[in-house]
Amino acid sequence: MTRSNWITTLVLAALAVVPLGLYYAGQPFWLDIASRLVILAIAAASLNFILGYGGMVSFGHAAYLGLGAYAVGIPVHHSIFGGLDVLGLATSNGWVHLGLGLLVCAVFALITGAVSLRTKGVYFIMITMAFSQMLYYALISISTYGGDDGLTIMSRSELPGLTLDDPVQLYALCFGSLLVVLALLRMVVNSRFGQVLQGARGNPQRVTMLGFNIFHYQLVAYVLAAMVAGYAGFLLANFTAYISPEMMDWTRSGELMFMVILGGVAVLVGPVLGAAAFILVEELLSHFTVYWQLPFGLMLMLVVLYSKGGLAQWLRLNQSGPGGGKP
Amino acid sequence: MGGGRCFAGPLHCFSLQRRAVDGSLLLMQVINGLQLGLLLFMVASGLTLVFGILDFVNLAHASLYMVGAMICAWLSYLVGGFVVAVLLALPLTALVGWAIERWVARRLYARNHLDHVLATFGLILVLNTSAHLLWGPEGIPVALPDYLKGQLVLGDDLVLPKYRVIIIAAGLLAALGLFWLVTRTKLGMLIRAGASNRQMVAALGINIELLFTVVFSLGAVLAGLAGMLITPITEASLGMGNAIIITAFVVIIVGGIGSIKGSFVAALLIGMIDTLGRSFLDVALGWVFSANAAENSAPAISAMLIYIIMALVLAVKPQGLFPPKVR
Repeated sequence: MTRSNWITTLVLAALAVVPLGLYYAGQPFWLDIASRLVILAIAAASLNFILGYGGMVSFGHAAYLGLGAYAVGIPVHHSIFGGLDVLGLATSNGWVHLGLGLLVCAVFALITGAVSLRTKGVYFIMITMAFSQMLYYALISISTYGGDDGLTIMSRSELPGLTLDDPVQLYALCFGSLLVVLALLRMVVNSRFGQVLQGARGNPQRVTMLGFNIFHYQLVAYVLAAMVAGYAGFLLANFTAYISPEMMDWTRSGELMFMVILGGVAVLVGPVLGAAAFILVEELLSHFTVYWQLPFGLMLMLVVLYSKGGLAQWLRLNQSGPGGGKP
Repeated sequence: MGGGRCFAGPLHCFSLQRRAVDGSLLLMQVINGLQLGLLLFMVASGLTLVFGILDFVNLAHASLYMVGAMICAWLSYLVGGFVVAVLLALPLTALVGWAIERWVARRLYARNHLDHVLATFGLILVLNTSAHLLWGPEGIPVALPDYLKGQLVLGDDLVLPKYRVIIIAAGLLAALGLFWLVTRTKLGMLIRAGASNRQMVAALGINIELLFTVVFSLGAVLAGLAGMLITPITEASLGMGNAIIITAFVVIIVGGIGSIKGSFVAALLIGMIDTLGRSFLDVALGWVFSANAAENSAPAISAMLIYIIMALVLAVKPQGLFPPKVR
């Protein structure tokens, strides 16, 4: 086992054992933290896929988290209060929520991605941010779904053999999903598709000259990442039992980006480390003072200014350095 | 951090008797759109100036808008006059800008855009929490002196609120001043030269660091002034920066990043479209769809309108309406 595999296994094993151990030892609080951590780690892992491996600095990733969550909240809302029962979508069936969420994320990512990917660099950062904010403002203005105040989800998604009201079963689902997502992303990154994507990040001209249409590869990657984030949104809605436009505010996207950077760009387990560090520090600081964002912001600035490669670099996880695939 | 309905919301706080589009209401909304556009220009021009010359993406730019408003509101209580408060707050905002350039931005110029975005994201948290620490969580209302209140009667049907006319005049003056500065003065010559070739300007013996500091502080003053001017209408609040930054991004994307002329045209365009969309979209949709459908969909669509415009502009011109010539 390489050093990187060893640490990855250790981190994941700790996430599997520690929160449940603490839960059964009478500390349910930590299972809550761990659930949020794992869900955000899934979203951050999907962002790492396009940001780290694909070189697409998307500042609107929280939009997909929110869309996935609204795909749970809106059908449940209509199944209880009636109205808008199109194609039997007003239901608490988890498969419907999941399918709807993935579909909506894919379509939104396909449209906005096709526009955004025509641009480069700082334009791409700002446009992805603007599109996610567009959704944010649109949802705020829809009073049926609570507008600014959001919506309490009256019943969680129904899945065969699972009771998501039970925090342990929910955590098991989240953690299992994290493992599947990481395995899936690893497979895609190492596939021919992933190699083209990484090549396009390093040297787009060369990859184009080799006969690949970079735009298509990047768009597919963008849509895939959006769907994974939408899946994380499905879990998040079932975890918090509450949705609000605030979930897709641009500051949320910024936090996801930070998890990726903090953990280490283009390292498989990086987002998990980043999400863990982010959430634990946030939890710790907010415990001491209401002004926790002051030291937190300073910490973020210092991380950017003085650390290269994030926690992964510190743990020496990335063999080829923060540049990833570059020679 | 979500904040209010939309930053533009309170700017439209005339008591609107909607439905019919009559002439004086249309004129009133055009005035509102002009006002919003000019405020947007004051924020966006600094952003585009700093990006064009320093190649620096400053997410925290709108926090300077908030800081300016907060300082002004605080001073207006301290010294008991709005105008004096503005005059005192302008150099103080410049000082904040200077400090940020000196201690944060300068260390980041050599880094990539992703690092800029992340570090200034941390900076937003620091600035917002500092403002929270200094002035508390509540918004600070600002009273207008009597001589700025009231209406300007320009004819039988033409009555305009005096302060709005002053904002528009101040905005136009700021825009004219900026154009004069950039195109007609020695400093402006250096700014333009610095934008096209940094090294060459430095090699000619110009203190490029000082030039950068001046440009950054100038941007801070412009954003701060916009914040100060709006406080008597809304109030000075912590969330005001986060709400306007995305719209400012939309403006500079549509205008072409780095172009002051572009940001002027785009700011007026976006300000006008946003204002008129919010006021008259339901009427306009009512001509095509049923009144009920129009009533229901108008708020969501008008919230998304400027982003749709942005997407359309980018589909035709990926570098914005006035793409910068060099770079």
